[in-house]
Amino acid sequence: MHNKTIAELGAGLRAGEFSSVELTRHFLERIDSLDEGLNCYITVTPDVALQAAEAADQRISAGYAGPLAGIPIAQKDIFCTQGVKTSCGSRMLDSFISPYDATVVERLNAAGVVMLGKANMDEFAMGSSNETSFYGPVRNPWDRERVPGGSSGGSAALVAARLAVAATGTDTGGSIRQPAALCGITGLKPTYGRVSRYGMIAFASSLDQGGPMTRSAEDAALMLQAMAGFDAKDSTSAEEPLPDFSAGLNDSLQGLKIGLPKEYFGEGLDAGVAASVEAAIEEYRKLGAQVVEISLPNTHLAVPTYYVVAPAECSSNLSRFDGVRYGYRCEDPRDLEDLYKRSRGEGFGEEVKRRIMIGTYALSAGYYDAYYLKAQKIRHLISDDFKAAFEQVDVILGPSTPSTAFGLGEKADDPVTMYLNDIYTIAANLAGLPGMSVPVAPVEGMPVGLQLIGNYFAEAKLLNVAHKLQQATDWHKLAPEGY
Amino acid sequence: MQWETVIGLEVHTQLATKSKIFSGASTAYGAAPNTQACNVDLAFPGVLPVLNREAVNCALKFGVAVGAEIGRRSVFARKNYFYPDLPKGYQISQFELPIVGKGELTVELENGESKVIGITRAHLEEDAGKSLHEDFHGLSGIDLNRAGTPLLEIVSEPDMRSIKEAVAYARKIHQLVVYLGICDGNMQEGSFRVDANLSIRPYGQEAFGTRTELKNINSFRFLERALNYELERQIDVVEGGGRIVQETRLYDADRDETRSMRSKEEANDYRYFPDPDLLPVEIDESLLEQIRDEMPELPGAKLQRFIQEYALGEKEAKALTASRPLADYYEAVVKAGGETKAAANWVTMELGGALNKAGLNLSDSPVSPVQMGGLLVRIADKTISGKIAKQVFEAIWNGEGDADMVIEAKGLKQITDTGAIEPVIDEIIANNPKQVEQFRAGKEKLLGFFVGQVMKATRGKANPEQVNELLLKKLKG
Repeated sequence: MHNKTIAELGAGLRAGEFSSVELTRHFLERIDSLDEGLNCYITVTPDVALQAAEAADQRISAGYAGPLAGIPIAQKDIFCTQGVKTSCGSRMLDSFISPYDATVVERLNAAGVVMLGKANMDEFAMGSSNETSFYGPVRNPWDRERVPGGSSGGSAALVAARLAVAATGTDTGGSIRQPAALCGITGLKPTYGRVSRYGMIAFASSLDQGGPMTRSAEDAALMLQAMAGFDAKDSTSAEEPLPDFSAGLNDSLQGLKIGLPKEYFGEGLDAGVAASVEAAIEEYRKLGAQVVEISLPNTHLAVPTYYVVAPAECSSNLSRFDGVRYGYRCEDPRDLEDLYKRSRGEGFGEEVKRRIMIGTYALSAGYYDAYYLKAQKIRHLISDDFKAAFEQVDVILGPSTPSTAFGLGEKADDPVTMYLNDIYTIAANLAGLPGMSVPVAPVEGMPVGLQLIGNYFAEAKLLNVAHKLQQATDWHKLAPEGY
Repeated sequence: MQWETVIGLEVHTQLATKSKIFSGASTAYGAAPNTQACNVDLAFPGVLPVLNREAVNCALKFGVAVGAEIGRRSVFARKNYFYPDLPKGYQISQFELPIVGKGELTVELENGESKVIGITRAHLEEDAGKSLHEDFHGLSGIDLNRAGTPLLEIVSEPDMRSIKEAVAYARKIHQLVVYLGICDGNMQEGSFRVDANLSIRPYGQEAFGTRTELKNINSFRFLERALNYELERQIDVVEGGGRIVQETRLYDADRDETRSMRSKEEANDYRYFPDPDLLPVEIDESLLEQIRDEMPELPGAKLQRFIQEYALGEKEAKALTASRPLADYYEAVVKAGGETKAAANWVTMELGGALNKAGLNLSDSPVSPVQMGGLLVRIADKTISGKIAKQVFEAIWNGEGDADMVIEAKGLKQITDTGAIEPVIDEIIANNPKQVEQFRAGKEKLLGFFVGQVMKATRGKANPEQVNELLLKKLKG
């Protein structure tokens, strides 16, 4: 049952082959027996889940249930869930029970999903390995000595390990696509503004975007359908029409123009990963696509630009965690300054503090022009690179990450090497473009992700391109041993 | 040495919107602590601001009124600093692209001259909450009801050269924002707060001296006192061989002094940057056109109209147009039938005096404009005399009803019937033979005595003109 997709499970539910309560119990049992070795969940919510499952069963038997009704999923612990602990992977929010639902949560609940629990993540989504979580690292189900990627590492690992059918994730610099690649699942970061950020705890507001993490492009389309759309509570959400993301999944790729940025295939790319990507490109040729080389000349500036913009925004966004109104407060503060210093010093982990300090520095008087303002200018250059590219091609294709999953602890003490793991994913965030990672041929038993980048609001096209590959190949169906 | 004073003011006006600038919570004053603070105001994780367009409209009205440059695009920025009554750890304000640019305001001075004061900018921002340091036994209480209330911060050029000019400018801004209906102007409730920058320099010197900023001023009287204190302090420091330190000083009204809060070195680096949660505000010509159409009549125009339309003197007209509620009240009295000059007199003198004595605001006046108009109609048609009218006014004030009701109930209708007055006069003449003799012998001043006697006997209701006429006829006859 746990190997079925959303579409398959939905059909089974509606046909009365099994109930959502049965399905939910099955997944709760799997979590019980299997998650201890993986640490995907920060909080499991059996009561909430079974209640939602019962309600979904009623809707299904009444005949007015949508495709997500009764489907067990996990919410990344960055999304506020009313009455349920929302920790954002941090000691700072270990005691925080959200008084409200994020828009994404509200919409998925309205679609009838069953929330099994809250997924582990890097603290405040800052990390590429899920090692910065206050709740300990998540292990990669393909090799438990390796990382699952991050920051949506819990979401990626639990979807790969079949501990939920799907999960939500968020992507600020690759946090959906990179863990999706390292865990062998499908992840979609929509266009900036496509999915509401209301109730999604902010890391870097101009880059953050929520999206689905699933086992297929078809499932991603169903999840995105429920998650996306204009929200009056988020001033940056786009008033774009919402297409039917499933409608064009099977459109022919005959004549599709795929661009391969030469900067994504150069030095630093693992040979095995390159070969897997090549194999996928070959599949696309067979499907009738035209493949051309393109150039994104400012690619080398993406990582440094990101590490000015994201920390700058985070240094301000995380100021609200001050020990005054909610969350962690140090014991017996002597005075106000002591309250601030110790609450924040003890409540935040090392990586979060590192980024707050970098960001505070970048925004300081006298440095603002040299760092933040300059970074904003480079962002425009990077966007212009893509604009020019999309005049030539329909989609951009490359690897999601330079290598397969690395070992636990391997890069934990070397932040710069860690940051370079997002070298291919960051540019799409800086430009606000939609990006996707889909599994291709594994290397030495470890998953490899193929990245697709589309034009603004072209998620339907990306899903179509991904789905056609998944129709032609079985890479996305591979499951880690023991799960 | 003769010192020249240089002053610039920053005025914080709370905008009279129903809900907050970035959330739907109410802005009403005086609710129980933290009952008007929603998830957004409390800065819960994940919440986002959504701009209240009404606050933008208020700011634009002010911009149009001071003839300011209004950019097509305005940007909200974050001003970062930690304080417990600032829930997000940053205040959403405006920095590089404020909504209102350069403008100016003409201020009338006491000597009858006027002076143009430059307005540097006016920007939108959110108010912070309040920290309560009493009643918490060594702890501080935080009330976030005020957090997120829209403010328009109006920054002047350092154009004022005396304390009187500064106070006149502050009063003029106050009058304007209340006229525009964008601020309730209530200084006790903190709806209108002033920060003042003051420096001194020797006359003739072009460069400005080092300034200090005075905070926490919430009345015009305190503004004058705080500036006086600070001016003297600065002169004492400089003349004593010292140097002024650039710093922020707090005005303590109880002790009538200013105290150092923090020096420039201790000042925060606010790390301003554009708020990524909010889109730039686009101001198009059609919106500006709409704002211009909706502009209420401004004080200067109203003054001219009052002089012409109601044939009032400049002094009277000025008094009546000093505030919009007063001008509105006056016009309602005229509309209810009050003769324009009498109405001006009654509104400013009688009503003004009574309100003052009772310590009431015009909005709390027990006498409505319609009631006042009704009273004036009865004076004009001679139903009552001016003297009786004061009695009627008092009765209306005490809630005894309209003028007609009071006149009827108390039998105050003027006696204009000769047949009714004549017997009274005859009786008085008969009872005062000595005075009659004296009058007839040429002591005509005694007429007043007889009038007084008649009025007394009729309890003021006799028509004074008629009494005069009849008395003369009878005494001389």
